[in-house]
Amino acid sequence: MSVIQVNNVSKHFGALKAVNGLSFEVQAGQVFGFLGQNGSGKSTTIRMLLSLIHPTSGSIEIFGHSIQSNRNKVLEEIGAIIERPDLYPYLSAREHLQLFSKLRSKKITSSSIEDTLIKVGLQDRAKDKVQTFSLGMKQRLGIGIALLHNPSLIILDEPTNGLDPQGISDIRNLIQHLAKEEGKTVLVSSHILSEIEQMASHILILHKGKKLADGPIQTLLDPNKMIVHITTTNDAQALQVILAGSFSNYLLKRAEGIYLSIPHFEIPLLNQFLINAGVGLINVESRNSLEDYFLQLTSNTN
Amino acid sequence: MKAIISFELYKIFRRPRTYIAFGAIAALIIVIQFGLKVDGQSYAAFLMKDINDTLTVDGKVLNGYLICYILLQLLLVHVPLLVALIAADMISGEANLGTLRLLFSTPFTRTQWVLGKFVAASIYTIVLLIWLAFLALFVSMWVFGTDDLFLMKSNYVVLIQQNDVLWRYVGAFVFASFALLTVTSLGFLMSSIANNSIGPIVGTMSAIVFFTILSTLNIPLFSVIKPYLFTTHMNNWKEFFDIQVNDNNEAITGSILNVAKIKTSLMVLSIHIVLFVATAVYITKKKDILS
Repeated sequence: MSVIQVNNVSKHFGALKAVNGLSFEVQAGQVFGFLGQNGSGKSTTIRMLLSLIHPTSGSIEIFGHSIQSNRNKVLEEIGAIIERPDLYPYLSAREHLQLFSKLRSKKITSSSIEDTLIKVGLQDRAKDKVQTFSLGMKQRLGIGIALLHNPSLIILDEPTNGLDPQGISDIRNLIQHLAKEEGKTVLVSSHILSEIEQMASHILILHKGKKLADGPIQTLLDPNKMIVHITTTNDAQALQVILAGSFSNYLLKRAEGIYLSIPHFEIPLLNQFLINAGVGLINVESRNSLEDYFLQLTSNTN
Repeated sequence: MKAIISFELYKIFRRPRTYIAFGAIAALIIVIQFGLKVDGQSYAAFLMKDINDTLTVDGKVLNGYLICYILLQLLLVHVPLLVALIAADMISGEANLGTLRLLFSTPFTRTQWVLGKFVAASIYTIVLLIWLAFLALFVSMWVFGTDDLFLMKSNYVVLIQQNDVLWRYVGAFVFASFALLTVTSLGFLMSSIANNSIGPIVGTMSAIVFFTILSTLNIPLFSVIKPYLFTTHMNNWKEFFDIQVNDNNEAITGSILNVAKIKTSLMVLSIHIVLFVATAVYITKKKDILS
């Protein structure tokens, strides 16, 4: 079942096209990673999903309802944190949860509030005012507010910002738990690629407001396609040799170094080819990570 | 809507800034009451100096009712500035803090949020006015006692019997609530435009000062617009203390000299409230929440 359906959505701020003709779908139970550099349009898209920003064109449906015309009904089933965890400095963690529980039509009991405090690890600081909290603690409380009403869809914009390694790991585990154990759909945005790689089942890569790729992470990171980084004694000569031969189709455009996207079974052939051509090989390093895939896509576009 | 109002009221009354206005009003009233208690007779003699030759006044001129009138004359000009401190921060303060994103992604429309916030700010304004009334009227009545209210107007005097005074204060405070709610709504309008707290607060205060000056200037050019300015009408609570007289020039108990003026003022203030709030709703609905 499609939980989020974005159809050809654009958002322009004057001449700036922050999001340009974006379409994608998120299915129930997915952990959907929303990837992009700073300024790629991730937060603008998330704000449009939450009806904080009005799209210039296109339509957004969540749970089969238009966010524009069924806003309140849709938002009842969404929990979200958007960028920084901005909260009221003069209120305590428990007061925040108590206050926000009143804004939901679902009955949220005191024990649910205490459970949420435990879930985000703030039970010992529940009485303390938020002004005494670290950024990581505020982030946890923001997540607590998002989870408080047990929503079906959770939208987290850069949820690990400001967290220490233990905090990042806890949030990652929490997101995976929510999806696997509780059947929630999670849309999580980040510019930290390794984080998304560990959490998400599906990803969408956004660049300069446009979609570059989306789909299941296993499909996009095809094990048959390796990213190979070649180090030689003379890169200019090596480049000429590659461009003149059959491996030129695999060459990636990068500002520095020689990179190829190549099926793994062809790597020994490439190695042999370069040696036969008299290239002084120092190192041939092959990888297959989201970071490489992301850099490959975005550098091609640049 | 009820949930939003209780949410907003909780925040208002948990914020230290809220109590600045209550403290400032209490401090001002107590200082003035203390001064008049200690040296009130000299003040009364000064007030009466021009009529002492033609009129003999028996009884306690400097009573709680007169003290309250003096206090209201002084304070109802300044209280709007204290109201602006909260009202002008209601939306822009959230934008500045970043919490507007949280609020506007809850299952309530922006219209509901703006109206809920306006109602909460209005409740704060009314509570502030009740606090003012308690200190200025009831504490003054307790400290100075009660008697007939003797008022010196520009070219005549008004004497209102003490059993005819209290309801006039109730009317004056109800009228003042309309005047202060106009300021609240103006603060709201300013608040919907900006994304920081200081701008709308200063903007609201500046607008009040600007229009008050226009309202008081006796320049024919401005006379055309004066009747439409909210500041022209904000001080008309005083009309409750002008009384009708019969053919023998005796005061008619329970009467008001110019009821129509009060009605017109209430209407102009109400129209301003509706216009300011409606514009704030329109602006808030249209804008993208970027901060």
